[in-house]
Amino acid sequence: MSSATVTTHPTAADAPVAGPAVVVENLRVAFAGREVVHGISFAAERGSCLAIVGESGSGKSVSARSLVGLAGPGAEVRADTLAVGGLDVRGFGERSWRRVRGDRIGFVLQDALVSLDPVRPVGREIAEALRVHGVVPRSGRREKVLELLRDAAVPEPELRAAQRPGELSGGLCQRALIASALAADPDVIVADEPTTALDVTVQAQVLELLADLKRAGRTIVLISHDLSVVAHLADHVLVMAGGRVVEEGPAGQVLGAPREPYTRALLQAVPGAGTRGQRLSPAPQVPLPPSPGRRRSAPGADGSPVLAAHGLVKDFPLPDGGRLRAVDDVGFSLRAGSTLGVVGESGSGKSTTARLALALESADRGSVELHGAAWSGLAEKHRRGRRGAISVVSQDPLSSFDPRWSVEQVLLDAVPGADHPTAAARRARVADLVARVGLDPAVLGRRPLTLSGGQRQRVAIARALAPDPDVVVLDEAVSALDVSVQAQILDLLVDLQQAFGLAYLFISHDLGVISHLSDHVLVMKDGRVVEEGHPEQLFTPPADPYTRRLVASLRRLETRPALERTTP
Amino acid sequence: MTTTTTRPEAPAAARPARAARPRPGVLFTGLAAVVLGVAAAAPWLLAPADPDAIDLAATLQPPSPTHWFGTDEIGRDLYTRVVHGAGQSLTIGVGAAAVALLLAVLLALAATLAPGPVATATDRVIDVLFAFPTLLLALLLVSVLGPAPQTLVVAVGVGVAPGYARMVRAQLLGARRSPYVEAATALGHRRTRIVARHVLPNALRPLVAVFALSVGQCVVWASSLSFLGLGVAPPASEWGALLEAGRAYVTVAGWLVVLPGLAIVALAVTATALGRALQSHLEPGE
Amino acid sequence: MTRISPDQSRWWRRWAGRAGSAVVVVWGAATVAFLAQLAQPGDRATAVLNLRTGQTQERSPDELAPINAEYGFDRSAPAQYLEYLTGLLRGDLGTSYQQHRPVWDVVSEQLPGTLALTGTTLMLAWVLMLAWVLLTAGRGRRIGGWGAAVDSVLASLPQYWLGVVLLLVFAFGLGWFPVVGGTGPVRIVLPALTLALPLAGFLAQSTRTEFERVLEQPFVLSARLRGSGDLAVRLRHVLRHAALAPLTLTGWALGATISGAVIVETVFARRGIGRTLVTAVESQDLPIVTGIVVLTAVAYVVINLVLDALYPLLDPRVTP
Repeated sequence: MSSATVTTHPTAADAPVAGPAVVVENLRVAFAGREVVHGISFAAERGSCLAIVGESGSGKSVSARSLVGLAGPGAEVRADTLAVGGLDVRGFGERSWRRVRGDRIGFVLQDALVSLDPVRPVGREIAEALRVHGVVPRSGRREKVLELLRDAAVPEPELRAAQRPGELSGGLCQRALIASALAADPDVIVADEPTTALDVTVQAQVLELLADLKRAGRTIVLISHDLSVVAHLADHVLVMAGGRVVEEGPAGQVLGAPREPYTRALLQAVPGAGTRGQRLSPAPQVPLPPSPGRRRSAPGADGSPVLAAHGLVKDFPLPDGGRLRAVDDVGFSLRAGSTLGVVGESGSGKSTTARLALALESADRGSVELHGAAWSGLAEKHRRGRRGAISVVSQDPLSSFDPRWSVEQVLLDAVPGADHPTAAARRARVADLVARVGLDPAVLGRRPLTLSGGQRQRVAIARALAPDPDVVVLDEAVSALDVSVQAQILDLLVDLQQAFGLAYLFISHDLGVISHLSDHVLVMKDGRVVEEGHPEQLFTPPADPYTRRLVASLRRLETRPALERTTP
Repeated sequence: MTTTTTRPEAPAAARPARAARPRPGVLFTGLAAVVLGVAAAAPWLLAPADPDAIDLAATLQPPSPTHWFGTDEIGRDLYTRVVHGAGQSLTIGVGAAAVALLLAVLLALAATLAPGPVATATDRVIDVLFAFPTLLLALLLVSVLGPAPQTLVVAVGVGVAPGYARMVRAQLLGARRSPYVEAATALGHRRTRIVARHVLPNALRPLVAVFALSVGQCVVWASSLSFLGLGVAPPASEWGALLEAGRAYVTVAGWLVVLPGLAIVALAVTATALGRALQSHLEPGE
Repeated sequence: MTRISPDQSRWWRRWAGRAGSAVVVVWGAATVAFLAQLAQPGDRATAVLNLRTGQTQERSPDELAPINAEYGFDRSAPAQYLEYLTGLLRGDLGTSYQQHRPVWDVVSEQLPGTLALTGTTLMLAWVLMLAWVLLTAGRGRRIGGWGAAVDSVLASLPQYWLGVVLLLVFAFGLGWFPVVGGTGPVRIVLPALTLALPLAGFLAQSTRTEFERVLEQPFVLSARLRGSGDLAVRLRHVLRHAALAPLTLTGWALGATISGAVIVETVFARRGIGRTLVTAVESQDLPIVTGIVVLTAVAYVVINLVLDALYPLLDPRVTP
């Protein structure tokens, strides 16, 4: 643990105005006697941005919430110094805290869609902050709400103020949320993963808004797991892990020349176009046991695609009787041993495309062919025997496992009886699968619920491999994982692809992951493919305006330092 | 150092794990279940006297050390009668619950897994039956079949069945649309195998807990019908019958209704608590 | 994602669908009621005569002929069914076996008392439930646990028992309310409370679960982070969401209350549909029973349609 920048600060209560906006010394947070934050210290200078970086469970969010007395139910918060704007907030009661929240510290949570009351117009949420802190008299509230929305760069504020979060785009929601945090004009803005749920194009805009706030003299405390977001905004960076500060310093130094191995690994774990063919995680390659004779002799070796789709169209009925075109004239072809990336924001139709490819959904028009033979439009009973050739890994593996089953049962169920006729053979196959995905055989007896996110995803991959497929559809398969775990899984996927000549249909909203992995990329928007090509050529001169914005945003975010990388 | 304790909102990961030691509620429920079980199986252990012994010298006595629950209009000891009535009351409750769940499962299976038209029709039948309040449906049956203990079991069972049918239907649909069933489909498993291995076990597993819950509910409804004079008739010591017999004396001897009623409340609450405990035990996770 | 057809002017279609299912429910209830009449064991004409005269004996065909002609018992089942349904469409619920009067006349005399009781009960149940949940939900394990325990005990209280206890305590013991009879609003308090307490417990169970789930939602944290107080958060943000779950149960609760009136009216010696129903069941006067069944089904679908119309006011995400 390193010490804080400001160590010789006088007791905060004596210095009401001068000094850093936020000073924290030796902060400890415990729940029911279990300490989760072990004495961290930091300070945020006025008009600067302090970033706290860490993965889930690092204690970054709890630490930030301790600043406003909302660390959590039953949280015991202790600190030598806990000062906001020179005000000692230790020992504050609920009433005093309420004057800190919103008034001194504006707090912005991630995912505005759920951080704003879904049944109230956003204008009323902003007005609530005005009312609580008595910022303007009742009569002036509406005008002030519109002003705040305007300041947060929300177009047509009169219209937007009357709309509910569900009627706004993710970016507008996030701006409205920021507007509500700014209502009482706080000096400090704490932004907890403010861009995580957003589309890349919108991410850049929201970060720009935060940068404007910083330029206007506000202090920003940015909480994030995403180093590219941090790099965009932070002056000073704090890296947290396991409730401790691992490394801290000026942003350029921490992100450009990290001293600690943990920080280095974290930085290397971020995938992108520049990391293709490189290993992301420091963990060594899982030694792959020799594969006991593959069933199918590498299909499509002659160059014909293993999976091809032509002119797919899929409509979904809406409750009001209308129809929603989720997928509109989408076609692709996937060759053996290669990866086709499909990127797009949520609602772009990429997941529906994946389900159509898996024939879990039937297309209204168009067709899918597997190994050159008809795949979509068949009766399920004709498809069943060939299902082993294409398998799936989804974003949330846990819900895709029968909750009553152990890992072993899950995997045994997936091993085809035809290829492994005896119980002993099936068991051997399961042991082999577990080893291939780098899992300890001890997990076999456990329920998936008791495993970590990374372990669950490995089980899901093992299950997908069980029938010895040629194609694996990965639908946001690494999106829910922390960046270091994501790096391990991505490495594993690359290893498996090389070992078994698998073809991947890789669906993600994350352009970095897509460009790290894909040989060919489809960019989807509103159900259509708006751009496609090799990642390099695609990202150099994008033809489509949406892709251009997408890539531009990524460029701006990609201030990643040139680190030495361990190549496989 | 200062300690501040704040209340709301912790990230789920930070919340302390559910305590493993038994809570007082669980202990109390267990004890009550044991007492009720003994009363039903071997009432003489708790009340050795004859439940039908008449003592005209001590009629309508209020509760006292000699007569814990008091006596009725012909001097029978109410405590003894309540203990000896437990068996019949519980049998009616269990019988009605069995009828209810059997009917509910059959309807729900037909509404979810049967071929299209049958499923749609059954679906509608469940919705129509759900529009009938429990007591009304039970009364309709009693008015057709005439009041009798056997009628009581069927009437109460049928009365509560629609609610459970909806619940089981929701469970079956939830399991059928679950990602793990989709995963099994993607693996190329047959529909029958998926239904047998995933849908039925996951959807029907909570029924063990639901059965306990419904026994409590059925005992209450059955005793309500008896109270109205449409169930088990006096002089049986079944709890509902005790209530009906006591009704005439409610102004002078309130205990004749209050105390047997308390026994029913105790049974209902115990069954509910037992059902809840089973429910959280059976729930995968936590 | 592209919308293909306009989302406007679908209003009538949704409501036509709702009205359709409402009709199906009433039709289903009427069918069950008709089948119940058919299923009555023994000769129905004999039963009617015996009921009217109060004697149980064999009847000669001459005696039975006018009864059979009046009720149409001599016709085929489908013909009777058709006649029953067309009668319902005209508002004819049938004729009482015992009183030899139209069911509607018998029932409508009793309707106002029971409607007042059910209305008061529903209101009381909602008020008690909301106050209790607001006070106890999400206040730590101890208080929340007690709150939930009270919910489930209340929900499992038998209405007749609660009625007797309330009567003994408040009417006999404390003398606050008249024992039987009495006039005006006072006499409705204890009966309504008897029905409302178990109902409040029942509604509170689903409200509490939802309330505690919503308390965990990010938008609630967001409101707290803005400086809103606990009560304000509960009232302005959480309650509205949590009230949606019990609202959908209210249609069912109304039916349950109507049938609960059977017990309460017996305990408190009130006139009403419940008493009428019990008497009819005892004497197996089926047209009265089935008439009440059909009316309850109508009440159920009507209140559900009303709730469908009200729901979007609480949750504007749902289109009316």
